Amino acid sequence: MNAKQKKNLARILIAAALLIILNLVEISGVEKFLLYLVPYLIVGYDILLKAFHGIKNFRAFDESLLMTIATLGAFALAIYEDGDCNEAIAVMLFYQIGEWFQSYAIGQSRKNISELMDIRPDYANVETDDGLEQVDPDEVEIGTIIIVQPGEKIPIDGIVEEGTSTLNTIALTGESLPRDISAGCEVINGCINLNGVLKIRTTKDFGESTASKILELVEEASSRKSKSEDFIAKFARIYTPAVVICAGALAIIPSIIFGDWETWIYRALIFLVISCPCALVISIPLSFFAGIGGASRAGILIKGSNFLETLSKVKTVVMDKTGTLTKGNFEVDAIHSKNLNFDEERLLHLAAHVERYSTHPIANSLRKAYPNERDDCTVEEVEEISGRGIRAKINGQVVSVGNEKFMDEVGAKWKACRKVGTIIHVAVNGEYAGHVVISDAIKPHAKESVADMKNSGVEKIFMLTGDSEKIAAKVAAELGIKNYRSELLPADKVSEFEKILSASSDKVAFVGDGINDAPVLSRADVGIAMGALGSDAAIEAADVVLMDDDPRKISKAIKISRKCLGIVKQNIFFAIGVKFLCLILGAIGLANMWAAIFADVGVMILAVLNAIRALVSPKQ
Amino acid sequence: MKKTYKIDVDCANCANLMETETKKTAGVKDAVVNFMTLKMKVEFEDGVDAKEVMERVRENCKRVEKDCEIYF
Repeated sequence: MNAKQKKNLARILIAAALLIILNLVEISGVEKFLLYLVPYLIVGYDILLKAFHGIKNFRAFDESLLMTIATLGAFALAIYEDGDCNEAIAVMLFYQIGEWFQSYAIGQSRKNISELMDIRPDYANVETDDGLEQVDPDEVEIGTIIIVQPGEKIPIDGIVEEGTSTLNTIALTGESLPRDISAGCEVINGCINLNGVLKIRTTKDFGESTASKILELVEEASSRKSKSEDFIAKFARIYTPAVVICAGALAIIPSIIFGDWETWIYRALIFLVISCPCALVISIPLSFFAGIGGASRAGILIKGSNFLETLSKVKTVVMDKTGTLTKGNFEVDAIHSKNLNFDEERLLHLAAHVERYSTHPIANSLRKAYPNERDDCTVEEVEEISGRGIRAKINGQVVSVGNEKFMDEVGAKWKACRKVGTIIHVAVNGEYAGHVVISDAIKPHAKESVADMKNSGVEKIFMLTGDSEKIAAKVAAELGIKNYRSELLPADKVSEFEKILSASSDKVAFVGDGINDAPVLSRADVGIAMGALGSDAAIEAADVVLMDDDPRKISKAIKISRKCLGIVKQNIFFAIGVKFLCLILGAIGLANMWAAIFADVGVMILAVLNAIRALVSPKQ
Repeated sequence: MKKTYKIDVDCANCANLMETETKKTAGVKDAVVNFMTLKMKVEFEDGVDAKEVMERVRENCKRVEKDCEIYF
């Protein structure tokens, strides 16, 4: 509670107490009116001042002005009729209670959500001559050695210089799966060091470190407004003037026709109380904010309220195979020599050399299988041919490493392989030497995640891959995916995705690892990058970032978005519904001031409480 | 040129009103008010003095919502 909230609470309590006392003592006449004015002014003086300010600036539909007219009108009517001023004061009192609650609840949820997301460490330990010193991580320069004790958060991204330990990444990924690290490993801030003491050389500024960037993204996210928010803002702009005009008409027209003007003015005042739009306006951004906060706790970063909204409407999910459904760390499965001049060892040796500079996962696996790749052989004129393979001159011989198409092009008579996997053919000076079989394992939860997606209302699932038909068919069958497209070049993926996009009337999401598929990610209605922890490029290209590479997060993200949008819809219908109901009942004389107060304050409180539910992410 | 400012305002609708007023202010290309994080992001037109524009923005916002504040 801040100072302003405390002061307002005190005003509300004093006014309420005075009102009760006044009802217990017997007074009448002018004294009574003057005494009743005291609690009214205590609780409402700021509204009166604001109303005056509104008149000065010609703002006819200012909320405070409307509230002032409604309460002063009720006051006047009460004195004219029976002298019971309770209702007028109660309207002001409850209005202020509502305002106070709104301010308190918003402040509280703002704090809760920020705390939930606050994965940012507070200090860094820097070694000085006098031992360890705790400093503000903002002041640590790149390249500084910092010490992280067991139980502490890693304050800044860096590389481990000394020590081994296990890290808990729960704050970033939502999963408490421990990660083993040792000297030479890259570590990101926000992770908790579980056991060993670590010496880390920082590689980034604090502000550029992972946790800081994540927080910045999430805070930024609620600035990208969703359609629901725009709708409600527009609605509020029309709603208040419309209700006020109706109130005016209600006060004048029936009075002229039927007479009995006190009744009609009273009903018009009810309209003014209901005309405040805050209940509608507050709950929608709050729901989105809570939804985005809850998602980020589960290791899902949603970069905007608009993306959360689109995600909830997704009926088609297109997935890249490698890195999304499969592990993406290829391993050499078999080596088949088909030429007596090149034994298996030699074959692998040449292939690894050609792939020396490539960052493709296949290249990594070849290099991994031949650990001492950097020997004294000369590797020159390396040329990468997209969708074919790589060619290089090794010790003067032209070695081509790639797929069947590539072999056909260099004129090598390649032989097919019985094994299922990625077959990497090798030709030397245009003569076929043999092939290396590389395979990629399906992720443990991939099958479950496909089933989960279908259960959460995704109608179509596609798999896209650059791999051969044989591998694609095998993986798709194993995962229960009916639609897949294989043997796609990077450019084909975009055009294939566009075909799916134009064939679908609903929203389409694309899931990829964010490294090679940035063009498709940006083409999709919602681009989801997976396992992108610390990859700036992927975070840049995607709309939703899954912090680890568990495919179950895809359906989780969809579920969170559906729940959040469900709450948004409930709030819109509930708030508008109750308000309209009270307007109608008020017009025909079935609702009194108290119902109007409920329509204004009660609805707001309920909508805010409902919005907070979005913070809790649904169970798997 | 884009800049983010911290703001203080009590109700969500007032934040919407502030956004509308800021957008209307001369020198402002676009503006987003984020009630949840109490921040205002302003995109200025080329060649204007941000501080001068923000003075006008504050004045306009104060007219629709007396209690608001923009820190710059």
